[in-house]
Amino acid sequence: MRTLLEGGAKKVTIDCGGPFVLIGERINPSGRRRLAESLAEGEMSLVRQEALAQVEAGAHIIDVNVSTAEVAEEEILPLAVQTVAEAVEVPISIDTANHKALRAALAVCPGKPLVNSVTGEKTSLEAVLPLVKEYGCAAIGLCIDEEGIPKGAGRRLEIGEKIVAAAEAYGIPPEDLIIDPLAMTVGVDHTAGMVTLEAIRLIRMNLGVNIALGGSNISFGLPERSLINRSFLAMAIAAGLTCAIVDPLDVEIRKVIATCDLLMGRDEYALRFLERSRRGW
Amino acid sequence: MQKIYERVIAGDAPGVKVLVQQAVAEGVPPPEIISRYLIPAMTEVGARFERQEFYVPEMLIAARAMQTGLGVLKPLLVEGELKTAGQVVVGTVKGDLHDIGKNLVCMMLEGAGFEVTDLGVDVGPEKFVRTVRERKPDILGMSALLTTTMPAMRSTIEALVEAGLRDKVKVLVGGAPLTAAYANQIGADGYAPDAASAVRKAKESLGVE
Repeated sequence: MRTLLEGGAKKVTIDCGGPFVLIGERINPSGRRRLAESLAEGEMSLVRQEALAQVEAGAHIIDVNVSTAEVAEEEILPLAVQTVAEAVEVPISIDTANHKALRAALAVCPGKPLVNSVTGEKTSLEAVLPLVKEYGCAAIGLCIDEEGIPKGAGRRLEIGEKIVAAAEAYGIPPEDLIIDPLAMTVGVDHTAGMVTLEAIRLIRMNLGVNIALGGSNISFGLPERSLINRSFLAMAIAAGLTCAIVDPLDVEIRKVIATCDLLMGRDEYALRFLERSRRGW
Repeated sequence: MQKIYERVIAGDAPGVKVLVQQAVAEGVPPPEIISRYLIPAMTEVGARFERQEFYVPEMLIAARAMQTGLGVLKPLLVEGELKTAGQVVVGTVKGDLHDIGKNLVCMMLEGAGFEVTDLGVDVGPEKFVRTVRERKPDILGMSALLTTTMPAMRSTIEALVEAGLRDKVKVLVGGAPLTAAYANQIGADGYAPDAASAVRKAKESLGVE
């Protein structure tokens, strides 16, 4: 199944048979004080810088999140989206739980963006899916419902199915949905990785939709986070993951993704791998 | 006895159980086992976590080992024999599902001798207020990991004021996006950046050593 996204000038296809898609995570004030401060002032130069740097490093899509306590999301999110759209040509992932901010950002976002995210909760489905339909964009669906994050892979699949079905009722095709089965940390539950990998397999087998993950939850509370994150990313890719929200400036992540593309049979004659390796990834 | 301290830190629950049972058999008073060995062990665990020598799993198994020791001793305690450090109600605010930090705070508070009621996640202001009214805790602890859910802390504090309960309880807040300045702004009594310092802050807020 192919998910097509568009930026100002670039189209990106997410697809199991194609190269892994990297969604750049750096425009997110969580844990980034300078960015948080500049957003609070409505100052966009850092946003612009991060957009450029991530695309330069190889991000296919840029995630934009402006959530901090001091920021009026409805005002700042559209501003940030416009800034990114002016700086780069790739599709944008609009990252917010604030439905008013989402609408305001969609109104100014060019092409066909990604909405990050909708959940299996009734209130989320009813608020977000109509916007997705109205603006003709795609959406990431998180496997969370009113009871929280399910412990078992089967239940996560069920929520994924619920989101796809709800979307179809709004006239949104499954191609426009990317399901995120979530990863809990192995620092608290050593089976957490297995649950997510199984959920990815189930979603791939039963829904056939594209699948996304955030790149670093799996290692929370442990040392060697980068090692755990990229090892898990490789395993998830083999299980059926087709895109991830990661830091494209992390060369180790870029190396793993390029290597996985090769190992998954998506890089004939290893030409992309060789090219990337020659230019230092 | 020193072994009890070491085995708690090592997260050895079965080992702690056997050693505590032995200590009881040898006539060591249960409150002494708790206050001289179990609680100080958890204080050391908290210190190592703060120094980033211990990680989350090590906190979890140490807390479990301490709870196992406490499990042996609680039935043996005479009513009122063990002075609790205080009563605390804890929860993650409405709309927020993050619980690891909150759980660590609960474990560390219990490890320090507090009695803790954990309301779980996605707890609305009404539930916090009701629980404060019914259980009359010394401290209400709130956790939020999302900047979008932090405002629920202010709502809860306002709800406490409206219910006439604000001055009956100390409100402490925490979570990655929280700051002492924000805690001040919303009228909380205190803020702590992690589970270990939460214990210190809790004691401080009650004027306890």
